[in-house]
Amino acid sequence: MASSIPASVIADRRWEVLRRTAGARLAPIGAVVLVLALVVAVAAPVVAPHDPIRQDLGNTLAPPGRAHWLGTDNVGRDVLSRVIWGTRVSLVAGFVSVAIAVLVGGLLGIVAGYAGGRVDGLVMRLMDAVLSFPPLVLALALGAVLGAGLVGVLLALGVVYTPTFARLTRGQVLAVKARDYVDAARALGAPGWRIACRHVLPNAATPIVVQASLSVAFAILAEASLSFLGLGIQPPEASWGSMINAGRGYLQQAPWIVFGPGAALFVTVVGLNFVGDAVRDALDPRARG
Amino acid sequence: MLHLVLRRLAATVPVLLLVTAGVFALLHLTPGDPIDAMMAESVDAAAKAALRTELGLDQPLPVQYAAWMGRLLRGDLGHSIRNGEPVVESVSRRLGPSLQLAALAMAISLLIAFPVGIVSAVRRNTAVDRAGTTFSLFGICMPNFLLALLLIFVFGVTLRWLPISGYVDPVEEPWDGLRSLALPAVTLGLALAAVVTRTLRSSMLEALGEDYVRTARAKGLAEGRVVRGHVLRNALIPVVTVLGLQLGTLIGGAVITEYVFALPGVGRLVVDAVFARDYPLVQGVVLLIALGFIASNLVVDLLYGLIDPRIRHR
Repeated sequence: MASSIPASVIADRRWEVLRRTAGARLAPIGAVVLVLALVVAVAAPVVAPHDPIRQDLGNTLAPPGRAHWLGTDNVGRDVLSRVIWGTRVSLVAGFVSVAIAVLVGGLLGIVAGYAGGRVDGLVMRLMDAVLSFPPLVLALALGAVLGAGLVGVLLALGVVYTPTFARLTRGQVLAVKARDYVDAARALGAPGWRIACRHVLPNAATPIVVQASLSVAFAILAEASLSFLGLGIQPPEASWGSMINAGRGYLQQAPWIVFGPGAALFVTVVGLNFVGDAVRDALDPRARG
Repeated sequence: MLHLVLRRLAATVPVLLLVTAGVFALLHLTPGDPIDAMMAESVDAAAKAALRTELGLDQPLPVQYAAWMGRLLRGDLGHSIRNGEPVVESVSRRLGPSLQLAALAMAISLLIAFPVGIVSAVRRNTAVDRAGTTFSLFGICMPNFLLALLLIFVFGVTLRWLPISGYVDPVEEPWDGLRSLALPAVTLGLALAAVVTRTLRSSMLEALGEDYVRTARAKGLAEGRVVRGHVLRNALIPVVTVLGLQLGTLIGGAVITEYVFALPGVGRLVVDAVFARDYPLVQGVVLLIALGFIASNLVVDLLYGLIDPRIRHR
């Protein structure tokens, strides 16, 4: 049984994965970006130099300077403070929507892979149907009916990413289900749910973790795109996408309104990509170049 | 080959059924009354009742679905509640700019990706390769709208070389038309180029390590011919796959690009319909986009069979 493996060996293996993740060439940069973003998001009220939604109509479109490091926008709000508060929205959107997709998709994948037959066919055709929509178009349509706002965006993106995880989990379950140790557990009389939780899931998890870590970056981009189009967080609340859209008309006089949040978005996505790549390389020996 | 075509077509049928059901359900996902959402500004109860009857929302759900499907099968995708124009007409009028944009973007991406990807792989770990991989990372992480605004900032606002919005049909006025599509096409093309470059590089690297490449070199074939005839041909298969997978991203990117550059395409139509809360129009356009997406995925699958005989005969 699984418990006969000493805990220290498992801990060692985990440590090894962590060590390899950190050892990848670009991973440290990614890790720094991720940690910085997390800290900024959590500590937004403390680190933001100004109130992100307080307008100062006497000081609009001020260029970056000592008082406002990233300048002010068209109604005199501090761009840096808004970028800092926007970090929260971006990270929440990225992590929560992927978490929804992993949970729902994972559950559907386990049910499909474990039950097989008609259930499997139905679930997988359903996932094919979701994949028949271009992701952004689906998110837009769902966002339209669910209503603008963070919750609508989270649900819409969760739906968009669900099939990826359902397919992945199903494939893994099918592969792991056929292994000898599953047969052994069954022969020992372990109930189905126990086999699924203790034996199948841990062994099927690796590619799911890899996919999840790569998906977060794309989910952040998707949230920014939806907010840019006006569907995400509603004004005056700050989100990088909506800030960029609002600054569009001032590209000539005040490019910092666009490029402040733009740089934050780009750096975060690049950083998360580095982390995702490193996780993949560490967990999947075949992908190691 | 015929067998493959038929099998893929058959597999599409249940998915199509689910897709139509999903699009139908869209209207009923609205929290609250869809009529109130659509006609928020109007307080005219009679107008609301009229729209409700017209959309059949006063009937039981199965009846509504049957009626909707019946119209669908006759090619009637409903019409906009704002201007009454049939969805099919709205879309066909806007298909031109979208297809021109997509074709130009595809051409730009291939023109960039092939040279960069091939040189990156052949001169692995040189400065050229590092520049190539940096370019693809940049392109993959760069959101479409940000790249668009960057291009507008540089070429439109600062240098004033190219128009930053609006559309001129290149069929009627080739020069002005191409100028109006230049920035949108580059925006969309660069993102695609990044993905294709990355895929081509890694599949070329894999092919370069194969035995048949060593054989080709051993028999004294010039390196150029080895790369063209043996490496590139085998490296193309993953590239076609990725191009297929990227179709969805391309369409999404087109939505954003058309929005930023005010191009009157199908993507812009979706965004406008969403914001006008014109749900019948949203339903119709989304369904048509999904159908187009399914059809092009089908073509990619078949193309795949055409390139690789092993898949054809499976």
